[in-house]
Amino acid sequence: MKYAWPWELSRAGVLNMNKRNIGYIGKYNPRKHYKRVDDKLITKQLALANGIAVPDLIGVVQEQHDIELIPAMVIDRSGFVIKPAKGSGGKGILVITRVDNGRYYKANGDEVTPNEIYRHVSNTLSGLFSLGGRPDVAIVEGLIVFDPVFNGVSYEGVPDIRLIVFKGFPVMGMLRCSTAASDGKANLHQGAVGIGLDIATGRSLHAVQFDVPVDKHPDTHFPLSDIQVPHWETLLHTASRAYEMCEMGYLGTDMVLDKNRGPLLLELNARPGLTIQIANGKGILPRLKHVESLKGATMSVDQRVEYAKKHFCDQPKF
Amino acid sequence: MHSRKPFYIFVFLLFFVGIGASIYRGIEHNVPFLPGEQVQSWAIDAKVSFSGRNEPAEVQFSLPNDPAFDILVENTTSPGYGLTITEEQNRKAIWSIREASGPQSLFYRVTLVPTGKLEIKSDQEPTDTEVYPWPATEKAAAEQIVEDVWLRSATNLSFAKQLMELIHDKNQSQNMSLLLSTNTSTKLFLQMLHTKGVPARNVSGLVLEDQRRRQTLTTYVQVYQDGLWHLFDVVNNKQGRDGNLVLWEYAGGSVLEVMGGRSSQVSFSMLQDTRSALATSIDMMMTDDALDFSLYQLPLEEQSLFKGILLIPIGVMVVVFLRVIVGIKTSGTFMPVLIAMAFIQTTLLTGLIGFLLIVAFGLMIRSYLSTLNLLLISRISAVIIVVIFIIGLFTLISFKLGLSEGLTVTFFPMIILAWTIERMSILWEEEGPKKVFISGGGSLFVATIAYLAMSSELVQHWVFNFLGIHLVILGLVLVMGQYTGYRLTELKRFKPLVGEK
Repeated sequence: MKYAWPWELSRAGVLNMNKRNIGYIGKYNPRKHYKRVDDKLITKQLALANGIAVPDLIGVVQEQHDIELIPAMVIDRSGFVIKPAKGSGGKGILVITRVDNGRYYKANGDEVTPNEIYRHVSNTLSGLFSLGGRPDVAIVEGLIVFDPVFNGVSYEGVPDIRLIVFKGFPVMGMLRCSTAASDGKANLHQGAVGIGLDIATGRSLHAVQFDVPVDKHPDTHFPLSDIQVPHWETLLHTASRAYEMCEMGYLGTDMVLDKNRGPLLLELNARPGLTIQIANGKGILPRLKHVESLKGATMSVDQRVEYAKKHFCDQPKF
Repeated sequence: MHSRKPFYIFVFLLFFVGIGASIYRGIEHNVPFLPGEQVQSWAIDAKVSFSGRNEPAEVQFSLPNDPAFDILVENTTSPGYGLTITEEQNRKAIWSIREASGPQSLFYRVTLVPTGKLEIKSDQEPTDTEVYPWPATEKAAAEQIVEDVWLRSATNLSFAKQLMELIHDKNQSQNMSLLLSTNTSTKLFLQMLHTKGVPARNVSGLVLEDQRRRQTLTTYVQVYQDGLWHLFDVVNNKQGRDGNLVLWEYAGGSVLEVMGGRSSQVSFSMLQDTRSALATSIDMMMTDDALDFSLYQLPLEEQSLFKGILLIPIGVMVVVFLRVIVGIKTSGTFMPVLIAMAFIQTTLLTGLIGFLLIVAFGLMIRSYLSTLNLLLISRISAVIIVVIFIIGLFTLISFKLGLSEGLTVTFFPMIILAWTIERMSILWEEEGPKKVFISGGGSLFVATIAYLAMSSELVQHWVFNFLGIHLVILGLVLVMGQYTGYRLTELKRFKPLVGEK
């Protein structure tokens, strides 16, 4: 049987798209705060003001005629990333991992000519990647030196850690690893592997690619069953603090581990996807309901993280 | 969660008003619920003729006022005569002339549409009828029969029925034979009813038969009971009426009165006609000035415009359903609706082929444009212009080849096509051709479903003639906006979460 019955899914506590939109995003994410997560430049500034570590900013391109300044910006960098400030779904992110005498190379070794970079940035400014086609700005960021603990887990790209934070509680997490299919990007719908993580320990539970369970990384054949994410405590705290920072109730936080700087907040997402449930092999709804039913005084970040570790671990101790 | 009650009440009101307005339109204005329905109509010519006596003449002619028939059109031909039509309880045409000499002919023509309301109602009890003074020779015989039947009957109706049976009894009594030798059966029937004070009257009716000429009116008797007038055809010993009888005059007066003329008579000819029920009801509304809130008040050009516009809610509803309940991904939210609108002009197959050809050509040219490193706005503009070239080219080629279907590609919305090409091209560069086919295929699938819904004759009939249906669609869309259940595609997507069984 290829289809599940609706009541089976409902019993498994699977959150669906319509309910996410009406019951969580529409209810807990106030419209007026959207720009804090939709505009990566604002997110970055807010994070810096709140003492949350982020990848370093090389420059911002706001006008078409500024595009020519990019080579000068990146002249002493080993690599850089260009992303649209208001991009969605990982669209329009250009990752240059090697700069060699004014020539640029992607992670897979393909050269990117300056012309292609100009066109990409020009498209970005015209709003090709932004929601609703609004004019946008391009952010040039430093390349993350990714932590060697993930060697073999990811193919040609930085694995990132997605945590769903509901009303400040980290409720579910996964590690997203790029593959050949995802072109160095960690977006699941583009073919990245999602590995569900235990909220209490940061250990891997279950992995999927294209919504189908996998045991090994499709390119590196690295076993995915036994991964431990380092700096787990810091990651949980960073994610939880993002709630105070942007005041969005239902939030996806994307973080990466930098070899030198530790966990960095990459971006926030007001409409986090549902695949994290498949990566965890578990519906998220019971945990969301649990948080919704909490009463009493508001908890601090530390209390929330402790509470989440206690209640949302793989074998919950209710 | 705050109360959803006002919302549901609002949606319920939308449904209620929408359905109610549609039913009202169907029943009150006879707008057919199904397209292509036919109704019978009767064209009746009445010819009034008399000889003038070189003096002023006035002709009063009763006009039909029968609830069983609606008057679609009526007109008169009467050269030289002044005409007034009185719209009182008894409708009458009054022709007048200062001097009439020799044979005169006046014409009245009416088109009647059956309504099926065969009952003649009367709100007030008729006033006491005059008792007929029987001649001395007949008095005893008549009273004996009437008394006899009266005792054997319970109501006005049963009294009338038994009287009629007695008149037609084969073994007539001597009394009855005597009475029938001096009176017609209809007249005798009426007189006997009046003797007992039963409210009854003469009416004139016209039997409708296709292609009949020189017909005359027949006299019937109506008997009153419990707010209804019941018809008796005494000559043929029949009670009740069928749909082929028009009561031309039933107020008890005369059909034709001529002053200043002699040997007056009226004759009828009639013709049956079949016509579209919709056109008939529109004509009826036109004559009644009852076009309240109907789009038929608009000039023809705007009407045809609205015929298209009013299909959009259907297409939008299909898109909402397929996205929210089924979960199909499309490129551009309402692009499929606009494509489906174009399909209505082009027909499905031509539309699909034309769409694929234009997009394929557009993608090829777009891939060249992408190497030029243009600004987005000018690139889209270039694609729009190229799309126009392509459409022009296809139109020309298909014209030269004699394929008239190809000429309809001009109905495609060019800006939408250009954006579709642009989006697909980006999708192709970013995620490969597979995603392009999935998203493009999804869009075309939704457009096809929307087209099938919008091109249905029934749907087109309903959205234009029953505007209430749009409130129902609005309600449905609102209700679907509340749907928090699983989408059909999610049942497959989340299958791994419930495990294998």
